[in-house]
Amino acid sequence: MSLNIRTYHELTEADRSGLAGQIADQRRRVALRLAGVRRVLAVLSGKGGVGKSFVTAGLARALARAGRITGVLDADFNGPTAPQLLHLPVASCTLHDDVIEPAVSPEGVRCFSMGLLLEDGSPLAFRGPQAESHVWRGTLEAAALREFLADVAWGALDELLVDLPPGVHRFAELAELLPGPPAVLVVTIPTPESRDAVRRALRAAVEQQARPLGVVENMVGGPFAGSAADDLAGEFGMPVLARIPWHPAPDTWAELAGRVE
Amino acid sequence: MKFLCVECDRQMLFEERHVPGDGTLAAAFKCPACGRVVALLTNPMETQLVASLGVKIGGRTIDEQPLETVRGMVSTGKTDAFDDSGERGAGSGPRWSADAQERLARVPGFVRGMVKKIYSDYAKEHGLAEITPAMMDAARSELGLEGM
Repeated sequence: MSLNIRTYHELTEADRSGLAGQIADQRRRVALRLAGVRRVLAVLSGKGGVGKSFVTAGLARALARAGRITGVLDADFNGPTAPQLLHLPVASCTLHDDVIEPAVSPEGVRCFSMGLLLEDGSPLAFRGPQAESHVWRGTLEAAALREFLADVAWGALDELLVDLPPGVHRFAELAELLPGPPAVLVVTIPTPESRDAVRRALRAAVEQQARPLGVVENMVGGPFAGSAADDLAGEFGMPVLARIPWHPAPDTWAELAGRVE
Repeated sequence: MKFLCVECDRQMLFEERHVPGDGTLAAAFKCPACGRVVALLTNPMETQLVASLGVKIGGRTIDEQPLETVRGMVSTGKTDAFDDSGERGAGSGPRWSADAQERLARVPGFVRGMVKKIYSDYAKEHGLAEITPAMMDAARSELGLEGM
């Protein structure tokens, strides 16, 4: 028996599921929620342990002190640290009119983080079959990013800083969800190892049309030697926005905030 | 994913959804020409994958809840992570029978407020004055709420 099977796209009868429409609705919710956000700034590094979250928090607090309305989306779901770094109050998340209110730091930074939701000391774990969990875990984390963007009442912001985990996968998910490619703030430490890891991540981001805003070199003046920031700046045609010492003064963050235009 | 009735060369259309247990999601599709019905059964991993996309096979019948996927799927969430008292319509809407309240009380605190709202919305949508365990079962199956 020879079957003449048509292709997926040739079957065009309207169906109640409308899965493509549901996905489009999800994207529309993100776009609507971010309509009042002037700029989404992804804080990126391919390398773990270079201080992305530390730089994100220091910059966000300085921006808020300078009068810019600032939000932080902590996209490191497995190692969330924004609540502590921003000194967020310990309180339940409130829901109003089908949106979640972000937590607000003493300086006025609006933030949402998995750290606000998880039991103290507990890892991020999901219900469901643990066998072959690698198949669906990444998809669930991408869904969490979408919901953090779409369901939190970010309001009108000058800057929404997205603190990304190490690697490039979360950046790819972010870029796919946003109406346009985000600007990228690159964080590195001075070493050649960090430079090489950051280079890979930044290349991936640039291939997705992201615009590198500049590079911040963290942990300068300590045991880590090298010229990673200068090397990356030259290679990608972006400025070195700041060199953050081991013990940064408030002025350090204020100067960085002034350069993030 | 679409289903084709090969004999009629017609796209089969979604009929209804069930969650019979064991992590299985069943979706029935019917040929509009010959009336033949087939059911798609997903294994627990496939069910989880569909749920993680935040889409509903058969379409949505009630509005998406804020952080629906996170609240429905995270198993290590704080009991008091959400204060639902400010939710629109809280304190009003359909009555909860004693049995239904008891069942709701067994839902983890992290997701309980959302589950309560979903069942309330379902009851309103269907013009039901009281939420009972039987209604919860019907809603759970119809909405594909595995485990809620």
